Amino acid sequence: MNIYVLLKKTFDTEEQINVSNAEIVDDGAEYIINPYDEYAIEEAIVQRDTHGGEVTVVTIGDGKSEKQLRTALAMGADQAVLINTEDDLEDGDQYTTVKILEKFFEDKDVDLILAGNVAIDEASGQVGPRLAETIGIPYVTTITSLAIEGDIVTIEKDVEGDVEIIETSLPLLVTCQQGLNEPRYPSLPGIMKAKKKPLAEMEIDDLNIEEEDVKAKTKVIEIFLLEEKAAGRVLEGELDGQVKELVSLLRNEQKII
Amino acid sequence: MSKLLVIAEGRDGILRNVSFEAVAVAKKIDADAEIVGVVLGKEDLEEQAQELIRYGADRVIVVQHEKMKAYTSDGYGQAVLAVINDESPDGIVMGHTSIGKDLTPKLASKLDTGLISDVVAVEHNSGDVEFIRPIYSGKAFERKIITDGITFVTVRPNNIPPLDRDTTRNGEISTRKVEIKDIRTIVKDVVRKASKGVDLSEANIVIAGGRGVKSEEGFNTVHELAEVLGAAVGASRGACDAGYCDYSLQIGQTGKVVTPDLYIAVGISGAIQHLAGMSNSKVIVAINKDPEANIFGIADYGIVGDLFEVIPLLIEELKALRSTVKA
Repeated sequence: MNIYVLLKKTFDTEEQINVSNAEIVDDGAEYIINPYDEYAIEEAIVQRDTHGGEVTVVTIGDGKSEKQLRTALAMGADQAVLINTEDDLEDGDQYTTVKILEKFFEDKDVDLILAGNVAIDEASGQVGPRLAETIGIPYVTTITSLAIEGDIVTIEKDVEGDVEIIETSLPLLVTCQQGLNEPRYPSLPGIMKAKKKPLAEMEIDDLNIEEEDVKAKTKVIEIFLLEEKAAGRVLEGELDGQVKELVSLLRNEQKII
Repeated sequence: MSKLLVIAEGRDGILRNVSFEAVAVAKKIDADAEIVGVVLGKEDLEEQAQELIRYGADRVIVVQHEKMKAYTSDGYGQAVLAVINDESPDGIVMGHTSIGKDLTPKLASKLDTGLISDVVAVEHNSGDVEFIRPIYSGKAFERKIITDGITFVTVRPNNIPPLDRDTTRNGEISTRKVEIKDIRTIVKDVVRKASKGVDLSEANIVIAGGRGVKSEEGFNTVHELAEVLGAAVGASRGACDAGYCDYSLQIGQTGKVVTPDLYIAVGISGAIQHLAGMSNSKVIVAINKDPEANIFGIADYGIVGDLFEVIPLLIEELKALRSTVKA
């Protein structure tokens, strides 16, 4: 089975966000694999171990993206592809990303593509379903279970807390939701092996893409932070008095209960 | 005059509030636009269409089909695309819900357009319509514009108030017959797990429990308080990881992002990842026995104390209040 995982690197969730000149400051920020993409990598490895085949991890990124790809290889992916757009593209949006991936997948024989449900930075959740539509395969988003038996794929999908049981078939794209699995940590032998696993790097030229073909349809004109909220009040006195005061504040001052 | 399409969304036979909020967003994009609502489903949709008009749609297109009993991207996609092809709108607005998130990228791909997801505010600046959306789960915000093609956005529930409901408004309701061909993903069953139908992302009040509840039984305290307030229940990652509740309740940078009018954090310390998911709530109450807990830094009101003492007192007080209000 040919399994592909779409990976994005994101700021570590511990990072505070700093903004200067209406842009995010990324000096010295720690990057991680987008946490939802970790579920995708784990699931890809589990499915490969069950059904055979190969797991290829694909990212669109820059020179710093190799670290996350090596981590995915150390977890157990077989090979990785970095489409480095650092020198060619200034701005891009989900349209740009999908146009590039469409070209990448043009000559690929795909059984299963896994992606995170959203990336925790931009959080649009568009790339997976857009790509599936573009390359003409069905998709299921926010999955929490995936079982492939012969031609039949049975999926549990999280729908705002309810669970839909969905039946479909390969080829297929899924986006992964928390609860799907417990992503493994790379083992020491895994990390050693990952150094020798194939990691192909290409640029958009190699995919016969001109900058104009992938020009974004949307543009970010500013990034800003909200003003810090003023510190609130910690209530004082006897506990039952505090509770009475709280209810009174919520009812009479805030008028929300 | 521009024409904006609002794709409405029903649940259990009535339109979700976010559909009316989407109409309000369309009005914010262009106050003079003709707002054309689309309602879809298997059952009789006349009342939903009327309701959308009462909330500001100028006319509504009803698409009914046997194959739209359950939402599938293929079924709804074919139906909505048929309407888009008829109408050639200048813009499309839909709720950023489970269905909205699933359907709109497909439509954007088909239409070869951009899409700005999860919008929380619309502003006009030197001729541009600017859309504001949270990034990094609300740690920051970005201001975006559409540079090419039609305006296509999804709207975060519970952020932009709907227009006033006006029962005297009238508008044309038309029916569009569609042919729905193959559906490649079949919904076999739906297992209802969401708590009492109060959806986290749309709830006015959210009560969330953390590690401090100590056990699955302890988490019931959170449910009891939620029931008294008619609130949705959420949780911190700590509570989910410890198995006190289902992951579908998780609020934070992984998990859901909520912005209710009132957020009560019970036994939650307030890790930065959790704060990212709830810090834009309008009023935040923290109940925690550790006075040093981070959560107090962003809470409007805090009670330092054992949640197993505080919550029963709070429930008692709220019940007393309810009975005086009723009397």
